[in-house]
Amino acid sequence: MKKRLFALMLAMSLVSAVLAGCAGGSKTENPGTDNAPTLKELNIGIAQDLDDSLDPHKNVAAGTREIMFNVFEGLMKPTSTGDLIPAVAESYTVSDDHLTYTFKLREGVKFHNGQTVTPDDVLYSYNRCMEDNAEIQVKLPANIDKVYVENGDICFQLTEPSNEFLSYLTVAIIPADYTEQDTKPVGTGPFKFVSHTAQDSVVMERFEEYWGESAKLDKVTFKIIENADNIVLSLQSGAVDLFAHLTTAQTSQLGAGFHVEAGTMNLVQALYLNNAVAPFDDVRVRQALCYAVDREAMIDLAFDGYGYPIGTSIYPAFGKYYDESLVNNYPHDVEKAKALLAEAGYPDGFAMSITVPSNYKPHMDTAEVLVQQLAEVGVTATIQPVEWETWLSDTYVGRQFESTVVGVDAANMTARSLLERFTSTAGNNFVNYNNAEYDTLYAAAQASFDDAEQIALYRQAAANLSENAANVYLQDMADLVAVRDGVEGLNFYPIYVLDLSTLDIAA
Amino acid sequence: MKKRNAYFVAGLILTGFLTAMILLGLFWTPYDPNAMDGAAKFLKPSLQHLMGTDGFGRDIFSRVLKGAGTTYGIAAATVAIGGICGTLIGALTGYFGGIVDDVLMRLGDVLTAFPSILLALVVISILGPGKTINVMIALGLVFIPSFARVTRTAFASLRDVNYIKSARLMGASSGRILWRHMLPNTWDVLLPALTIGFNNAALAEASMSYLCIGVTPPDASLGYMLSEAQGMFVRAPWYAISTGMTLVLMVFGMGLLGEGLQHRHGEVF
Amino acid sequence: MKYAAKRILVLLVTMVIVSFLAFAAFEVIGGDPATAILGTQATPERLEALREELGLNRPFLTRYAEWLLGFFTGDLGMSYQYRQPVLELLQSKLSVTLMLSFVSFILIVAVSIPLGLLSSRMVGKRLDGLHTAFNQLCMAVPPFFTGILLSYLFGITLKWFMPGNFPGLGNNFLGSLKYLFFAAISIAIPRIAMTVRMLRSIIVREMNQAYVRTAISRGNDRGQVLRNHVLKNALVPVVTFLAQTMAEIMAGSVVVEQVFGIPGLGRMLVSSVANRDYPVVETLVVILAFWVVLAGTVADLLNQRIDPRLRLGADA
Repeated sequence: MKKRLFALMLAMSLVSAVLAGCAGGSKTENPGTDNAPTLKELNIGIAQDLDDSLDPHKNVAAGTREIMFNVFEGLMKPTSTGDLIPAVAESYTVSDDHLTYTFKLREGVKFHNGQTVTPDDVLYSYNRCMEDNAEIQVKLPANIDKVYVENGDICFQLTEPSNEFLSYLTVAIIPADYTEQDTKPVGTGPFKFVSHTAQDSVVMERFEEYWGESAKLDKVTFKIIENADNIVLSLQSGAVDLFAHLTTAQTSQLGAGFHVEAGTMNLVQALYLNNAVAPFDDVRVRQALCYAVDREAMIDLAFDGYGYPIGTSIYPAFGKYYDESLVNNYPHDVEKAKALLAEAGYPDGFAMSITVPSNYKPHMDTAEVLVQQLAEVGVTATIQPVEWETWLSDTYVGRQFESTVVGVDAANMTARSLLERFTSTAGNNFVNYNNAEYDTLYAAAQASFDDAEQIALYRQAAANLSENAANVYLQDMADLVAVRDGVEGLNFYPIYVLDLSTLDIAA
Repeated sequence: MKKRNAYFVAGLILTGFLTAMILLGLFWTPYDPNAMDGAAKFLKPSLQHLMGTDGFGRDIFSRVLKGAGTTYGIAAATVAIGGICGTLIGALTGYFGGIVDDVLMRLGDVLTAFPSILLALVVISILGPGKTINVMIALGLVFIPSFARVTRTAFASLRDVNYIKSARLMGASSGRILWRHMLPNTWDVLLPALTIGFNNAALAEASMSYLCIGVTPPDASLGYMLSEAQGMFVRAPWYAISTGMTLVLMVFGMGLLGEGLQHRHGEVF
Repeated sequence: MKYAAKRILVLLVTMVIVSFLAFAAFEVIGGDPATAILGTQATPERLEALREELGLNRPFLTRYAEWLLGFFTGDLGMSYQYRQPVLELLQSKLSVTLMLSFVSFILIVAVSIPLGLLSSRMVGKRLDGLHTAFNQLCMAVPPFFTGILLSYLFGITLKWFMPGNFPGLGNNFLGSLKYLFFAAISIAIPRIAMTVRMLRSIIVREMNQAYVRTAISRGNDRGQVLRNHVLKNALVPVVTFLAQTMAEIMAGSVVVEQVFGIPGLGRMLVSSVANRDYPVVETLVVILAFWVVLAGTVADLLNQRIDPRLRLGADA
């Protein structure tokens, strides 16, 4: 009897000893708060690891570029209003024939490794993006004839004028003789890169020798939280202070101590249809699906009403190219959808599959709602969840799919980056849209360098996509950012970036 | 020995009840498990919604019924595939021994050294993801070595038993000896192994779906629902708890059944 | 010595077979690192060019041979995904997973051995049935479910640790240990139940052996007999069982790492499979296989110490 009690007590004391050790240890946490109260540090949660090269010319992942925006700059730099301002360049001039751009370098701009930016660095950086190197993913447009240095200025000679040329000069400038960009990137931005631990964290510090207005935070640690189910937990536990791109299901759980700032995600979420396969090669079927889908209800159900319905492949932040009226082209109308289906030879509907990259929860949620809505017009849709990699190889490159729910974003603020992919010969035209009128409109827009005329042509092209129901356009998703009270200065951009330079912690 | 069988009875009642609910769920659920209702999001458990509703306003009880059915079906199929193939392999190698035995058992060792998640992932990738049947096949294959090992030991221990020897001397064919004389005598080992296998399969399915490499929406499975529920824990703790507890009870019932089976003939503890 | 040589051979052969199987699996699955790298920039032409650049167009066996050669000369290659040497990438992950496995293992041993002894004495007593049922219940609790409950209870309500903020073994060792402890509890609960059950049945079986009965009927103290004879005989299967547990914990920690957001090998395995980053996957698979074989070998060696009779069997 005694022995038994002893054994029990031993077991219990062991457990409680370990537990007590844990409870005691918690006091030693909170690094930084006691030793230096003036140091401003922020922990930001990000849902995607920076799991590709950190070289700004090599990576393509939106999540990587979003963060590395703070480290790199080009001759020009985008602002939160969608304009371009000179960055590493101080100013520029354009020749009368619109064929020669001359950039005057800003004096004494420093790289994070202490070197001063020279014209050679600029030349190296832009030439690198014109070389024939499969590892370089950022490509400058083909209309650049040559880049050269003249009296310390950088000159671009174009073969034909282009309104969009300046947008491409946001390409990062990197030191010419530096070989470790892949893992230890060096740029000229307001924050310098300190470290990246795969699947764990990215650390950045303020760059003290930044040419422009200095950032307010001393240090930013990005915590990589890839499991979406852990996001709310990490905010509430205090592990992170700010988390962007949340769902309403997540933000609604935050409670006191946080506020939510809402912007837009700046992407075109749609049920993308493979226009080359039956029945989606029939415009009536595509239109029927557009009528069948109730965007407002979908946004209400899956996004608690946060989201901006769109009617074509241009999202609202594109301002001048965006035509609001296109949203109303296909009001929810079950009868009309059924009639169109019957006309197309499918009076009893048909079965289709919706391929969805399963790690993107919002798209998955959207697809789940769409399945319900399509059922009302007799279309039996089944979700086919795939890994992102499979989606890329089979759906995006291989074009082996019937329909898919994803969001397509813009690489820069040019209409081209959104609209080029629907021309019949585009390599990234994964929906196989093939419309002669569209091709003509797009080519005309590209050739035009009268601003007003170009805008009109692009808007016509966008309208063409809507009228022919190239895809079932859904929404530009709301970008909900959970922000701990006391953190301020968050700016939304019309492109997918998170600007740290204006963030601050209130005293 | 009466008390020992209390496990069996308790397990039978629990498993029977859950099986009945799951069978019911195949034909009827209080609500359509996939029907969304924007006006009924995150409702607390009540008489209308026994387990409340989730973030889409779907009835959790209906989803749990369906989800448990999926998990149950996958576990059963896994046991069937793994059990039949494993028993066959184990019986043959255990009975005949020799080089085939050596090679197959080494292969089993190698497969054990292979992370089961990776193995299942590979099989699923080959067969095509997102289909419940493929999850069954993948898990079934992953479970073959463990069944084979149990069966092999049981058959090998019987190989040199006198009555088997005499059957052999009397000219009985190997097939007949294996089927008529040995198999019935290995049930005591095989049946509990099957219940344990069932539980491991149910938990493996749940883990895989939790990692989003198993069953995927709109099909509900307990594992996938738990991963969803984790993200909603603050607002709807009942979601995670009711889903998790269903899984626990399912495995618990089967565990008791296995316990009872092991005690059928007395002094096995 | 002959034994050691044999084990090392088994280890090497297993690792080669496993790595080959993993490599072959990638051939069958399809997809390649180039697709993952290019993302939405991918076009058939660009893919082809990048494959050429990365040497992915060469025949399957050539690439495997190259990897194997590198492996045996200590070069594990570069991750396609992270552009980092695999060794550098996995170092911290491996130590985290190892630490989690050790903490769980210690917890399992520390709790289950006393409980197992206690439980063996309850056989046939009044509450025995309930106890066995409770044991079964604990076995039925999936670690990720416990994990979800624990992280809310101890993380959010009690604030004993900060979920989502694993400090890192290098930065704050004690803090990391504390964090891992909660994950270890959820891994340990079903394992403890299994170990207790196993211990109990072995002890009871031994206690019913003729020699034990004789010893007790001769008037020896039950506890003494238990310590002097039974435990020694029971040790062999227990060591084997625990070694198997150790091997399984590591392979199984992937789910719990996910629940607690612990940057270990598990997540890396899933993501590198998804990205077809095969140098990383190969290394991970070899590490896990090594671990499984190692656990078996350690168990064998320990058992031979305990029971010298086993030594003959192994060498024969």
